[in-house]
Amino acid sequence: MTAVPVIELVDVSKIYPLASGDVVALDHLSIRIERGEFVAIMGPSGSGKSTLLNQIGGLDVPTSGILRITGKNIRKMSDEKLTDLRLNAIGYIFQKFNLIPLLSAYENVEYPYILKHRCNDTTGRVSKLLSEVGINKRLAEHKPAELSGGQQQRVAIARALINDPDILLCDEPTGNLDTKTGAQIMEMLATLHKQGRTIIIVTHDPLIGAQAERIIRIKDGKVDEA
Amino acid sequence: MKKDIILQLSIRSIRLNFLRSLLAAIGIVIGVVAISSMGMMGANMTMSVTEELSAMANVLVVKPGGGGGGGGFMGGGGGSSSSDDYIDKEQFADIERTAGKYGNVYPLYQESDTVKIREDERRSTIYGMRDEDMATILVVENGTLPQTSGSVIVGPTFAENNDLVIGSRITIGDEDDEEAIIQKVRVVGILEEKGMSMDLNSDNAIIMTEKTFTGLYGGEGEYTQVNVILDDIDDADTATEAIENQLNRKEDEVAVQDSSRMMESITSTVSTMTTFVMAIAGISLLVAATSIFNVMMMSVTERVREIGILRSIGTQKGEVLRMFIYEAVILGLVGAVIGAIMSLLLGWLVVLAMVGTTDYFFTYQSLIYVPVSMTIGIVICVVSGVYPAWRAANLDPIEALRAD
Repeated sequence: MTAVPVIELVDVSKIYPLASGDVVALDHLSIRIERGEFVAIMGPSGSGKSTLLNQIGGLDVPTSGILRITGKNIRKMSDEKLTDLRLNAIGYIFQKFNLIPLLSAYENVEYPYILKHRCNDTTGRVSKLLSEVGINKRLAEHKPAELSGGQQQRVAIARALINDPDILLCDEPTGNLDTKTGAQIMEMLATLHKQGRTIIIVTHDPLIGAQAERIIRIKDGKVDEA
Repeated sequence: MKKDIILQLSIRSIRLNFLRSLLAAIGIVIGVVAISSMGMMGANMTMSVTEELSAMANVLVVKPGGGGGGGGFMGGGGGSSSSDDYIDKEQFADIERTAGKYGNVYPLYQESDTVKIREDERRSTIYGMRDEDMATILVVENGTLPQTSGSVIVGPTFAENNDLVIGSRITIGDEDDEEAIIQKVRVVGILEEKGMSMDLNSDNAIIMTEKTFTGLYGGEGEYTQVNVILDDIDDADTATEAIENQLNRKEDEVAVQDSSRMMESITSTVSTMTTFVMAIAGISLLVAATSIFNVMMMSVTERVREIGILRSIGTQKGEVLRMFIYEAVILGLVGAVIGAIMSLLLGWLVVLAMVGTTDYFFTYQSLIYVPVSMTIGIVICVVSGVYPAWRAANLDPIEALRAD
């Protein structure tokens, strides 16, 4: 393939040094994810999938190997550069929604926009995204604590999309939702994928994983080929 | 429209924890009030003392003999002069010639003698003055200046203590002493109250004409001291030097006491005291700093997860740092502003109680302590917020996200 993969891991290892002996969380891992893919990363707890997610999300850097996000190796990046990467290239959707409690739903979505553009959104993008995820104007005035779990996750999706990221990174996005709401959220992600977005979803739920195009299974810090 | 989202977060955090933030700000309020009201008190005291002193400190007292020199406190209260110990007419003329251009020069005779009023005997200071000096120096409250040898004018304290009115009689001289000259005099005037003075403590004295004085004690033209009342207190050093150069060329004929030096030393004592009191007041700001630090640390600890979220979605370390510094600055600003308003009220009361007058309250030297203490308060706030903010900024986002 000639196109630059959106994520490329070559021989990536992550080792946590501990007094009781080093813990190898990722063990010479090589993964390639193309633009527009819908990938599920699955594995039991302790398999290293959370560590992998943190690397891909630019929250942490590998001990060795090459990890390219949109073609840029992040291993040598400064904290400032990594933060910029998180702001511009990655949209996070967390299990616990992780909205900022001090800000209203609208402001939560607008927040990364302000960080990036240094001004308020005057283009109407925030409102447009909120209505796309089904949050009306009245709900958008509310603080996260006043919203249901499903509504919070919708706001979180809108927030993740605000800076038009290359990757949408979802960490157990339905984990804190009931089945029906969870299905709605997954439907929304499927729609986004159809629109051409790269979506990586980390889950241990096979039903969720099955909705992705491709499943990468992780076991003991390695890709489980079986 | 541009709004600083980081600043918004700080403001909202303070509002969310309103009571806690208020308590922290109160520490700053107390510190600012303490420092500025103490500072204002000191400044007002200095100005008031200076004003009071400069009314009497513009005096050079020239006394006979080498000795001590400058810095004497009382210009010769009760010192009886021995026969050799005087300033003669020639010396006086010299002093008048050299120092005359700086102010009013006048000679003074002084004695301490027994006086008898009705049946009570006591000792009193007696001054002899030239007629022309009496007219310029003395301020009469009641009656007239003495003209004849049988009349005297007395100070208000002396009059009050001895129940003297115009027309009262005083016997000067010790009647039990065979050799003493006795003279009966009549009070023709009572002086206006003058307060403490370097040159002439007239409040508690009897003042008579030169002629009456020398009639009693002899020594005409042998003055106890010569006073120079300066027109401008800043001439004190120049005039002192001029007199000394003129008269002390060969040997120390006279000693010049410059009372403005005393004023300087009193003023500097007051300002030392003020600094000391302000330092004590400053301790309250240290306490405030501790409480700000505590509140900020609590704020950071409570918001670890929020910091994790902020960092994970692209907030820079510097922005998190800024968020907490803003919080400290807001606490400091609110505390300092409230403190400033309160210190104007409290300072006014303290000055009224301690200094007794608020004449100098609304002067630059006094009010400058308000912005000064506000600045100190805000700076202390920011300094105590630096570590908590630094900690917040340097949290590991992964760890922070995991917190509950």
